[in-house]
Amino acid sequence: MILFAVGLVGLLTRRNLIFTLMSIEVMLNASGLAFVAGSYKWGRVDGQIMFLFILAMAAAEVSVGLALFLQFHRTQPTLDSDAASEMRG
Amino acid sequence: MLIAFYIASAIAVLATIIAITRRHAVHALLYLIVSLLGVAIDFFVIGAPFLAALELIIYAGAIMVLFLFVVMMLNIGEHATEVETASLKPGVWGWPSALGVVLIAELIYVAAHASAPPGPMHVVSAKEIGISLFGPYAIGVELASLLLTSGLVGAYHLGRRTSREEERNDAGTVGTRIGSSGDLVRSGSGRTSYTA
Repeated sequence: MILFAVGLVGLLTRRNLIFTLMSIEVMLNASGLAFVAGSYKWGRVDGQIMFLFILAMAAAEVSVGLALFLQFHRTQPTLDSDAASEMRG
Repeated sequence: MLIAFYIASAIAVLATIIAITRRHAVHALLYLIVSLLGVAIDFFVIGAPFLAALELIIYAGAIMVLFLFVVMMLNIGEHATEVETASLKPGVWGWPSALGVVLIAELIYVAAHASAPPGPMHVVSAKEIGISLFGPYAIGVELASLLLTSGLVGAYHLGRRTSREEERNDAGTVGTRIGSSGDLVRSGSGRTSYTA
């Protein structure tokens, strides 16, 4: 299970911004699975509550990130994250 | 049960790896949905059916649709017809469907064996989660609601289009003013003007 999270964290290297956000989703998901697994192991509810919070956080983060990408796409024709290297008003 | 857990995890990892290595974003989203289904099966096996349902509804239902919406908003344009024809080939949807069929078979297997004595497994119901959520974790719930509200406001603030910027965008497009036909067409025409 820990391997699951670790193996997914390694997948973050991707140039497209959409894929970056997807990788972040995957990582959040893996950490949530680790929480639920811990909750299963010790027979407590707390891990699942933590997963609920992770879920809410992921939803907020994705909405803000995607809105950011829309704004970025208006100024740049591409979604390459290397194109964001120049930061100017 | 343990076999089911490991098969679902393997499917989730496999689908995620495939999803990350896809070139097309919509295909990657398909595989990512399969991965989320696998994680949901994991939750179900591990004794959290409520969280499995929430995972499906929120992740696969809401967040992935949000992703899909933005991807379609950004990519629509000259490639739309090619993408449309390419997505109808069986090679595109075949493998996600195959993985999904394995997950369905696994779900049927798990549901058929659910009447067996669950052993030491502690199945946490939605009621238990709710009691704990509004008992000792009430502050966390409030903070999460605050976070969601700020996320909503932030997304609206980032996503809105100011009038000055709109003028600039319309001046940048080669064609005539699209009018009130929506953001999809406008962003698509902007893209073609950039590439031209």
